[in-house]
Amino acid sequence: MTKIDKDIALVSGPPKDINNTQKIATLIGMSGLLILVLAAFNVNFPHIGIWLAIALGSIAASIILYSKGAYGNKQEGIKNDGVWFKSISSRGFWGWIAGIAMTGFYIVLYFFPALLGLNTERENGGVIALFDPLSKALSGNAASQWFVYGTLYTVAILAFGIKFMWKYRNNRYERLRTFSVMFFQTGFAFIIPELIARLNSDSFSLPYYDLKNVWPLNYYNFEQYRVDEMINAGNIGLAMLIFGVLSILVITPILTYKYGKRWYCSWVCGCGGLAETAGDPFRQLSDKSTWAWKMERWMVHSVVVFVVIMTTAVISTYLGYDSEKYWLTKGAFLIGVVAILTLLIGLLFAFRRDELKKDAKIGAIGYFAIILTMIGIHYSTGNSIFMFEAETLRSTYGFLIGSVFSGVIGTGFYPILGNRAWCRFGCPMAAIMGMQQRFFSKFRITTNGSQCISCGNCSTYCEMGIDVKAYAQKGQNIVRSSCVGCGVCSAVCPRGVLKLENGEDVGDSRYDSDPITFGNDGVFLNVK
Amino acid sequence: MKHIAIIGNGISGVTAARHIRKLSDHKITIISAETEHFFSRTALMYVYMGHMKYENIKPYEDHFWIKNRIDLKMGYVPKVDAEGKKLHFQSGEEMPFDVLVIACGSKPNKFGWKGQDLEGVQGLYSWQDLELMEKNSVNCERAVIVGGGLIGIEMAEMLLSRSIKVTFLVRESRFWGNVLPKEEGELVSKHIKSHQVDLRFETELDEILPDENGRVKAIRTKNGDKISCQFVGLTAGVGPKVDFLKSSSIALNRGVLVNEFLETNIPNIYSIGDCAEFHEHPTGRRNLEQVWYTGKMMGETVAQTICNNKTAYQPGVWFNSAKFFDIEYQTYGWVWAEPKENEAILYWEHANGKKCLKLIYNKTDSSFLAANVFGIRLRHKVLDYWIKNETKIEEVLKNLEDANFEPEFYENNFPEIKKHFQSQITQTA
Repeated sequence: MTKIDKDIALVSGPPKDINNTQKIATLIGMSGLLILVLAAFNVNFPHIGIWLAIALGSIAASIILYSKGAYGNKQEGIKNDGVWFKSISSRGFWGWIAGIAMTGFYIVLYFFPALLGLNTERENGGVIALFDPLSKALSGNAASQWFVYGTLYTVAILAFGIKFMWKYRNNRYERLRTFSVMFFQTGFAFIIPELIARLNSDSFSLPYYDLKNVWPLNYYNFEQYRVDEMINAGNIGLAMLIFGVLSILVITPILTYKYGKRWYCSWVCGCGGLAETAGDPFRQLSDKSTWAWKMERWMVHSVVVFVVIMTTAVISTYLGYDSEKYWLTKGAFLIGVVAILTLLIGLLFAFRRDELKKDAKIGAIGYFAIILTMIGIHYSTGNSIFMFEAETLRSTYGFLIGSVFSGVIGTGFYPILGNRAWCRFGCPMAAIMGMQQRFFSKFRITTNGSQCISCGNCSTYCEMGIDVKAYAQKGQNIVRSSCVGCGVCSAVCPRGVLKLENGEDVGDSRYDSDPITFGNDGVFLNVK
Repeated sequence: MKHIAIIGNGISGVTAARHIRKLSDHKITIISAETEHFFSRTALMYVYMGHMKYENIKPYEDHFWIKNRIDLKMGYVPKVDAEGKKLHFQSGEEMPFDVLVIACGSKPNKFGWKGQDLEGVQGLYSWQDLELMEKNSVNCERAVIVGGGLIGIEMAEMLLSRSIKVTFLVRESRFWGNVLPKEEGELVSKHIKSHQVDLRFETELDEILPDENGRVKAIRTKNGDKISCQFVGLTAGVGPKVDFLKSSSIALNRGVLVNEFLETNIPNIYSIGDCAEFHEHPTGRRNLEQVWYTGKMMGETVAQTICNNKTAYQPGVWFNSAKFFDIEYQTYGWVWAEPKENEAILYWEHANGKKCLKLIYNKTDSSFLAANVFGIRLRHKVLDYWIKNETKIEEVLKNLEDANFEPEFYENNFPEIKKHFQSQITQTA
């Protein structure tokens, strides 16, 4: 009999070609990119403002025109025809080309910005100079590689956001959510920080602050230069500092309790914003195996531990040697950190230990012990900073996690690993909210009785690699720490089985399931 | 420890195996001639359309079977020795068993049409059918689908995804006319046409015409119309695939005959799923139930009986679902194509013609009987509760929003529906 070893549908004429509108759109987009590439190779453009506008405009226009070609003539509904036939979205030739190109861009951006024309001594050259007019208009300063990146990032979220809304125009949840990430990216990540920079002068300075970028995603938020700037900037700076602390300790827990972590990950966050818009064509590439899930749990929680240790070391260091500058002492700070961690671990084991798998228990206790030991050593030996220098920790974290993981791998590898590899395996913010979502939140994805047919659409299109159908086919609610609440599983379900909900109950019944097909009245099982 | 052999690795056989494993330590072997691993049959269309790969439609990862000690055997069984408790494989192998579960499923119905076995003519049920369809639909300009049911409309959607024009022959005066009542049937028919399907009602296939190479080149309808085409889909339902049992002493009718315990006429041989035919259905429904959900329930039930807890098949309130192009469909309770004498009907349709809700209740005692819903998601447990408890229709209307399973922020049609239904009730009263 037939042994299945490959996807048979690749044999003949499936829907993988693009139509004429899409071809024209691609051409326009390529010409926009060409302007940027030429600029990068120091081709001098006159009236660079106009050329920048043409470049960005044609990129955005091409994406929107492409969407029109893809969805304009079709009825509202699910638009996944040919996803696994197109080489860009199925790890084919174009997928690899795109992955390599994006990865290359990130490597240049993070580590060789001079290649883009960055020049902090004299005038910028290259593609960065092309962005000077826009940067000057917003903040009054010349562009940096980060401004170039931020601009392209925002254009991508806006244009691909429109594409996503077009694709899911039948789905109001998706439309609203996408509008939200477009809004937060444009306003909070792009325009407001640039305008704040405009306020800076010789006597007054605020750090670049994307207010929605919460520590620990924003791992550098409490570094000394930033804290000092905020303190020195008077009330407004102090307000920003307090907001930064409240964001993670108060605002995040409340919103995650009420709505799950989706309030952030798929409605607000910039990383999530790009993943949900530009990254949407790659969501099916996430690994759904239990092996990947296990990797994910160890990796992402290790990053949490890393960021906690790193931040604690950095803060306690400057609190230590600059003690007269701050009202908080190093000792009090360290005791505070220990107290918060002890409280969290204590609550977890007091109320939710039945929900912890064995490796979760080992991980939680093991990591807790490591953190306590390190803080203990640090506290008792005075100035020696844990076992490592705080600066070493900081720069290692910045390089490995901040640049390589979140940027180069997280985004550059979209066409290979899927669009949420960073969020899933690396983001400490997602992990912290995930723990709360798993154990103390009203959010869940409800399975509708026994209507599941195990078709696999939900799992396939889960960007976080959750095997949704494994729960749905058992009639079980999906309560998973990694779920970002994008709602696509519910959208692609052909039988109306999945619903994202903020239920009343946060206790046991949130996890309960029927052991037997609901509606089978003849069979009873005594299975919890 | 007994050896339990299960023929068929579809939802019924696999569910039986899983539950036998939960309940016992018996040796379990699942036999299939189709694929090595269980896949979701209902998802075949998505592989053809490129939404998923074969890997994606497997409900369990491959290590699941090893971990649960369920042996998988690829092979075709042409002969069952029911008395000697032995399976004969095509390869010549033999396999003894203590308990046999026949869960071999269906095959597409063919009603003896002239030309039904020509190249380019096929049904759609198995993985092999999908492979064949992949081959048959190359260089195809127009396809004709015969039989207006669930597989037919799936096939239409599949072919359209490859820009193949589709003519759809339906015997009844509306799509799925033997199951859907008039309003719903017309709503779906309209939607099918909006996808540029050439939908022809009250049209039956007369014969399929070959070209010089023995390949389909056209069909003729009973009205005498000739339609040239390169592909013919036969989707006039499916029937039990039980020919291999004809040489055995297992009693057959259309399917394998079973009682309420899913027992055949031979001790320790059971049949479940599509291929099982009840002498008399325990709840009075049709004796053949070819639905995913009932296959699952039969699997759960037979596992109990095999593991020494003799249990009758007792499905609760009927439910089913499907999707017609972009319109989802759910049904709860039994909705007849033609309403029964004692039934009163409430019907609402959205102005866009893509959503509707029908509630059926008993005229005499106003107890809630059934619902059909298109384009709106309802909550299974709530509907099940109302029907099972014979809730009064007034009560159902009052709490109608409890049944809302629509995604967040969706247009809320429930206030309008309630108002509409209340006025309908007042008019009839």
